[in-house]
Amino acid sequence: MKSLNTLAGAMLASTLFAGSALAQTELTMWYHGAGSESEMALVNAMLDEFNASQSDWKVVITTFPQIAYNDSVVAAALAGTLPDIIDIDGPILPNWAWAGYIQPLAIDETLIANYLPGPKGVWDDKLYGIGMWDAAVSLVTRQSYLDELGLRTPTLDEPWTGEEFQAALDAAKNSGKFEYALDLGMAWNGEWFPYAFSPFLQSFGGDMIDRSTYLTAEGVLNGEAGIAFGNWWQSLFTGGYAQATQDPADRDSGFANGKYAFSWNGNWAALGALAAFDDVVFLPAPDFGNGPTIGAASWQLSISSTSQHPEGANAFINFALNPDNLARFSKGLGLIPATAEAAALTENYQPGGPLEVFYELSNRQGLLRPVTPGYPVMAKVFEKALADIANGANVEETLDAAVDEIDADIEANGGYGFK
Amino acid sequence: MAAISADNHGLRLWTRYAVLVLIAIIFVFPLVFMVMSSLKPDQQLLSDTASLRAFLPVGDISFHNYTAAFERAPVGLFVMNSVIVTGITVLFSLLICSAAAFAFVFLNWKGRDLVLTLILATLIVPFETYAIPLLLIASKLPWIGFDGLTWGWLNSYRVQIIPFIADGLTIFLFVQYFKDLPGELIEAARVEGASWYQVYAKIVMPLAGPVLATAAILKFLVMYNQYLWPLMVVQEEGYRPVMVGLQYFFQLNVAWGEVMAYLSLITLPVLAFYLYLQKAFIASIASTGVKG
Repeated sequence: MKSLNTLAGAMLASTLFAGSALAQTELTMWYHGAGSESEMALVNAMLDEFNASQSDWKVVITTFPQIAYNDSVVAAALAGTLPDIIDIDGPILPNWAWAGYIQPLAIDETLIANYLPGPKGVWDDKLYGIGMWDAAVSLVTRQSYLDELGLRTPTLDEPWTGEEFQAALDAAKNSGKFEYALDLGMAWNGEWFPYAFSPFLQSFGGDMIDRSTYLTAEGVLNGEAGIAFGNWWQSLFTGGYAQATQDPADRDSGFANGKYAFSWNGNWAALGALAAFDDVVFLPAPDFGNGPTIGAASWQLSISSTSQHPEGANAFINFALNPDNLARFSKGLGLIPATAEAAALTENYQPGGPLEVFYELSNRQGLLRPVTPGYPVMAKVFEKALADIANGANVEETLDAAVDEIDADIEANGGYGFK
Repeated sequence: MAAISADNHGLRLWTRYAVLVLIAIIFVFPLVFMVMSSLKPDQQLLSDTASLRAFLPVGDISFHNYTAAFERAPVGLFVMNSVIVTGITVLFSLLICSAAAFAFVFLNWKGRDLVLTLILATLIVPFETYAIPLLLIASKLPWIGFDGLTWGWLNSYRVQIIPFIADGLTIFLFVQYFKDLPGELIEAARVEGASWYQVYAKIVMPLAGPVLATAAILKFLVMYNQYLWPLMVVQEEGYRPVMVGLQYFFQLNVAWGEVMAYLSLITLPVLAFYLYLQKAFIASIASTGVKG
């Protein structure tokens, strides 16, 4: 009798449990991390926890290789087959919001009250995307190099001026100790160029577009400041400070092998640098006269405009933003947690941690790339222009041509809503 | 005199073989580099590119990159998907395109030349120009399967197969080949009472071995290397082909050893297919002058 009762109880429990599972409405999610085992392990763990934490929603993920991701999303948007939740690279967000691919989020404001500015994906005064982390670049070097070369150690409050930076490059070059003074990461292409190098242009006083109107690049990309930046950029290569073409192996290990005195690299590579030397320092971007800046914004979560279950998608995003999740991704991937509370939960970014400086770099020097639907085109134009200048093209002519191309795209798209 | 002639002949033979070996080396070395690199750790792989070591199995050799490639991506699934899509497309393409070419060459019907001209004109239209309209059409087409009537072909094998079965180049290859077949054969068969289907199946196709091999290889390569279209129409991993799968290996820091291991693995079906059809392919080039 007892065993019969046990069996009946087990059947009842399993029926109830199955009923609960069946009641969950499926939410589809696309993510760019296919092929990145460590990243997907973190994402899947978070999904499992969300799915088990409540009985209303079940998120089912499809992953894409990052290189193919944006094209897949755009094709799906055209075909009307977007999932409920999509992740999106920050600078692309205005384009997808403008194109109607995504809808504004409805998330708990208190969760993002103390957020870093970069991970907030705002377009047209509405929050369309929110990131769980930010990324930041710094000038990586060794304290011993600075001491040997007789250089002041710059700080966030007192970064190097453009002249000091140039003097540092000269000192490194003239020391004869390094093959090149500066590793800019020219082995990388694509978004690395506007992300990593447009802050130099902005510090010179130029920009990829006139942010007061977002209707033209005339006078800002090819103005006096833009040309000064272009000339400086070209001098890095003609002067023998950096390589215009770089072997990927040198990008990976050149600094650790002592080939470069300085490396312009992101927080994701910082742990590797720390493992190579015990006196690594992460210096802030130099100030070329208009303030030191670095790129901000990384991947963010958003909801497609065709989602039939935005309340479920918002519930998942709210879940994803809790400090434990932010810390989880930071610990697993070395990313900068989006809040100080989450940073305090990590070994690297907590106060006194080896990467703490990156949180402050992101907070104080981070500048969003132009917040306009025209960004994807101007990013490609900017990349090509910088690569051409690095390889010896005439600076003024190249920047003029880039401006023409950017302006033509804006015109062809009716001003992207800014007219 | 005879001795001089024999010497000249020997010299010519040596020269010819030397040139052929040189050409063979030029064509084989990329494959050798790929396979050798797939056996080396990334650091060694990159440093070896500066010397002939890149083509030799030296240093820290192992199959680690192959196991890592299988861990990073479902390699077997991608290869299977590509083989299914490619195999079915090739088979149907040979059937449909040869039948179409047969109709253009041997049947008299109104507008034949105009239709053939229009089909050949499609050769100069890049796929990219009509990819989006094709996507919009494919996303709304009906299909009757095990689930009954469904709408939209995305995330399936059929969306990767059906749009590519018939194409201008394959029809053109068959048309050119069929034109060179002796007309007397066809006329004799017809006089003997053979139907057009019998002429096609019993006389023309058995003679079409070389062009079948050529068309099959060319189609195989096009389909096996498909990237843009599957990227647009296949979101589910379960239907992804090898070229989209290749992108799994291009993270911020590219794992070159794994890339080479993956490329070595996905090259195997292509090599096997080519070797299987190689004699007929060469015969076809020799007889038609068409090459891929």
